[in-house]
Amino acid sequence: MRVRVHNRVLALLWLLGLAAAVGVACLTHAPNRLVTGTGIRFGSVLHGANLLVLLPGLWLGLAAFLRTTWRVQVSVLIAATLWLAGLVYIGGAEATRLAEVDSAYSRTSFGGGFWIMLTLGWLIAADALSRLKLKPVAAVLVGLAVLAPLVAQLASGHLANLSVLKEYANRQDVFNDALSRHLEIVAATLIPTLLIGVPLGVLAYRRQGVRPPLFGVLNVIQTVPSIALFGLLIAPLAALAAHVPVLAQWGIGGIGTAPAIIALTLYSLLPMVRSTTAGLEQVPASVVDAARGMGLSARQIFWRVEVPLALPVLLAGLRITTVQAIGLTTVAALIGAGGFGAIMFQGLLSSAIDLVLLGVAPVIALAVAADALFKLLVALVAFGEKR
Amino acid sequence: MSRTRAGWADPLLWSGGVLLLLIFGMPLLTPLFRELFPELDRPLYLQETFPALVAAHLGIVAASSAVAIVLGLGAGVLVTRAAGKDFRGLVETVVAMGQTFPPVAVLAVAVPLIGFGVWPALIALALYGLLPIVQSTIAGIESVPESVREAARGLGMNPLRVLWQVELPLALPVLIAGIRTSVIINIGTAAIASTVGAKTLGSPIIVGLSGFNTAYILQGALLVALLAIVTDLAFDRLQTRLQRGRATVPAAAPIARATTQTARSTP
Repeated sequence: MRVRVHNRVLALLWLLGLAAAVGVACLTHAPNRLVTGTGIRFGSVLHGANLLVLLPGLWLGLAAFLRTTWRVQVSVLIAATLWLAGLVYIGGAEATRLAEVDSAYSRTSFGGGFWIMLTLGWLIAADALSRLKLKPVAAVLVGLAVLAPLVAQLASGHLANLSVLKEYANRQDVFNDALSRHLEIVAATLIPTLLIGVPLGVLAYRRQGVRPPLFGVLNVIQTVPSIALFGLLIAPLAALAAHVPVLAQWGIGGIGTAPAIIALTLYSLLPMVRSTTAGLEQVPASVVDAARGMGLSARQIFWRVEVPLALPVLLAGLRITTVQAIGLTTVAALIGAGGFGAIMFQGLLSSAIDLVLLGVAPVIALAVAADALFKLLVALVAFGEKR
Repeated sequence: MSRTRAGWADPLLWSGGVLLLLIFGMPLLTPLFRELFPELDRPLYLQETFPALVAAHLGIVAASSAVAIVLGLGAGVLVTRAAGKDFRGLVETVVAMGQTFPPVAVLAVAVPLIGFGVWPALIALALYGLLPIVQSTIAGIESVPESVREAARGLGMNPLRVLWQVELPLALPVLIAGIRTSVIINIGTAAIASTVGAKTLGSPIIVGLSGFNTAYILQGALLVALLAIVTDLAFDRLQTRLQRGRATVPAAAPIARATTQTARSTP
């Protein structure tokens, strides 16, 4: 029997993972939070029960030589899930062990090697998942199942001795405030975006003539970088609040949450209007004609035919808008809007890397979660319509 | 999308003119800023000159975009060849996943790995800028009809010539759309990079925000905004020229262009 690599993608990712395991420190350990840590190699954390993580790791390497049948892909997906869970478990366990051996002030964090191996593990899982060609709803659910063990370990407190979570424990109140403020800003952006964006999209759909000026203006706004738009709004809004005291009472001013929401809404309009128009446009004319033939009024056609059929595209636009708003809210911390950006920039300005991570990681998690949620929603709506 | 207007009404011409005037003539506006912000002792940002800031900003954007174009084009071409098609799904997954990350997060994550200064900015911008270029390279090459490729092969062209003389020229409009998205995102992210220690047009904004100097903020913000708008208009002009230059744009190209544009996000 000839040995042959059947899955070149898996083989490449596995070799990269091996290189990272051998060549890059997987954990860093420091006596306190201020000094730079020393690296710990992957080999030296592999003792006792930790060695079990090699089983799924080796299977992944072996699977590259097997035919890419459905069964093999499922086994790769399970092995990648176990690999991710195992790596994170080892990280948490080692951090706890080192905290007991060393002083309570010692800091252990994931090093480059761990991050690379985790990323590669996730890519292996994502590649196996895409090869299984599942329906969109199932694909999102399986993707969540791959991440579930990691979330469970985080929630159970197993990772509590990792440096970034010690930082979290020290500032739990700040973190929770940042989370609620971040979500508030995103939610407060989406409401005016829907209220203004959807009607504008319907208008652009009905009147061709409106499109060039409308999309022209929205495109220019979208082109202006966020930090510049926040900056440009400061002077006019501050002046407005100084002359109209009522506005100042509502919290509108040069800096703070209100200008952030105004700027984010301006950005969100382009994807929202564009997807509304595109969604309505892709409704087949024949369907509208048939509805008219059945004697439906223009209003009934709009609400019962055009809107439901446009919904998937509209939701896709809302997905882009939400993911974008979650990211831009981070920048809004620069004008005092709060949120995770405040933690991140504080970390950047004081060179505290764990603090940067504490601010960035939840933003990425929120963006990925919102993305998955809307994809699931689009899939469910499309599924519902087919039935 | 936009017709090219001649003379004074050309938006590219006058916005470019205003940008140049502001870059070189900002000190002349000192009396105006003094009038607008009477409470400020120093109404003009003087730590660096504005031409120097613009040059530094454009330097970072140009260097990172050049790297992103070379790597993005390479990856896009590779996964559309027969030899690399196994990796296409993986590359598309990475691109889709990467674009849900906010650019500022990529910038912040680069700091722990690389340190402060201009390097994390360059690397983060190049990495993030890759994504739309890979996406548009794949979309552009995909938009070339199989029949055209067949015909080129029938003429006796080898695979390299098919790529160079048929696929890439036909993919160019879509490709330029991707590069446009990438460069515009990079102009904005470079401004935020002043928080990680790179000297860019964001520096007056950050200094102004931390020192409550609204005039500094306004000066930096105006220049960053105009720089992005002028660059976008220039790309728009380039795309219009390209489309006018060829009568036989593949039918799929506008659709692919629309998809790459929808994926665009603002830093």
